[in-house]
Amino acid sequence: MIELSNVSKSYQLRDGGFNKVLNQVNLQIVPGEKIGILGRNGAGKSTLVRLISGAELPTSGKVSRTMSVSWPLAFGGGFQGSLTGLDNLRFVCRVYGINSEEKIPFVQEFSELGKYFKEPVKTYSSGMCARLAFAISMAIEFDCYLIDEVTAVGDARFHAKCQYELFEKRRDRSLIMVSHDAHNIRQHCTRACVVNQGSLHVFDDVDTAYEFYTANAALQ
Amino acid sequence: MTYYSGVSFKRSLDIQFRVIGALLMREVITRYGRHNIGFLWLFLEPMIFTGGVATLWTLLGQSHGADLPVAAFALTGYSCVLLFRNMPNRCSSAIGPNLALMYHRNVKPIDIYLARILLEIAGTTASFFVLGCIFTAIGMTEPPDDILKIMCGWLMIAWFGSGLALLIGALSERSELVEKIWHPISYLIFPLSGVAFMVHWLPLASQKYIILMPTIHGIELLREGYFGPSIHAQYDMSYMAIVNLCLTFLGLYQVRVISKTVMSQ
Repeated sequence: MIELSNVSKSYQLRDGGFNKVLNQVNLQIVPGEKIGILGRNGAGKSTLVRLISGAELPTSGKVSRTMSVSWPLAFGGGFQGSLTGLDNLRFVCRVYGINSEEKIPFVQEFSELGKYFKEPVKTYSSGMCARLAFAISMAIEFDCYLIDEVTAVGDARFHAKCQYELFEKRRDRSLIMVSHDAHNIRQHCTRACVVNQGSLHVFDDVDTAYEFYTANAALQ
Repeated sequence: MTYYSGVSFKRSLDIQFRVIGALLMREVITRYGRHNIGFLWLFLEPMIFTGGVATLWTLLGQSHGADLPVAAFALTGYSCVLLFRNMPNRCSSAIGPNLALMYHRNVKPIDIYLARILLEIAGTTASFFVLGCIFTAIGMTEPPDDILKIMCGWLMIAWFGSGLALLIGALSERSELVEKIWHPISYLIFPLSGVAFMVHWLPLASQKYIILMPTIHGIELLREGYFGPSIHAQYDMSYMAIVNLCLTFLGLYQVRVISKTVMSQ
């Protein structure tokens, strides 16, 4: 289970003030649950995901995890540009205590990078970065996957491959999916919440969440 | 099936070692690459510097006015300077290039600093050791007198450098001024650090001020170990240990402060 209790996050601004992105947020995610997070640009969706992942610490409140949680799977964050794709895979495997040699064939094939697998990531196109990011994140098993707008990766064929890896093969896992597009969330999630003006509104089904989102958040 | 393995001290320690190991490899690859001799540069770089200075001093003769062998004097001095000066240099503004890696929950600023510190210690130690062996083999110096004392002095200087590195590293994340000020300071402390003189060569009046400089105690101990007790080394290791402890405490505290605000990319 993942539990957020009274989590707030503010960022310091250059003028000395604070920008309170999340205010007293509460959320529980049980194993196997698939939950969507809706919110317009800048509402704090990604901040929420980074707090859940533990990449950032809350200003106040507590995030507790009793499942293993992935890093936020996004378009290519988490890479060191001067390292090659292979080196980045090795780094991530070392960090998570996984034998990287067993994972190389899968990542190499899945990412479809060809010779570029052994070239520095900074020479990659954004599509190549995204493919590598997705392939590496599928090389390590988690109980809960955090997905930050990642489903927009690559062309239709690659998209289908990702869908299969994530939503078919790992359908027993938990999923926290961020999007400003309700279509994805409706397709994959059983319930959803809306980030709006620092608060998190939790709904039991996606449709009610989406109604709230269109009525409030989307219009502002 | 679950991939969660709970929280325990041992598991946390495992993770810490794993992450530092991964960062070490990353540093080695990005700094030295896989071209030509690769990571051998880790200790060849300081070796060229120290070896060059020692040769220069030998060719110029006894400019420091004592009867100690010049090559060994330069070797012991410059190796120590590299040891305590390179660590803070490498740790200042170290987080920026690694921000992308902090996407992974277990990669924290302290791991980045520790990896860089360990790498720096490994490089300068290897350089000191190899040069010492070469100098002894070709007859430029006598073999050292007491290796244990050398190791003690070396460890104390490494500890000093590590504490300073944590402090400078963390402070440089809080203000850009720190890096700008640290650079001139690192050059200014160089002539005061005890590299190019022994304390007892100085006038008595200035001795009591110069021994406030913590690095001097480590270098004097190391030189006593190298040349033997006849060189009148002056050191107070408990003073240096207290300074090191304070630096380490301040450094760790500042690293903790920045860990709460650092944002992954």
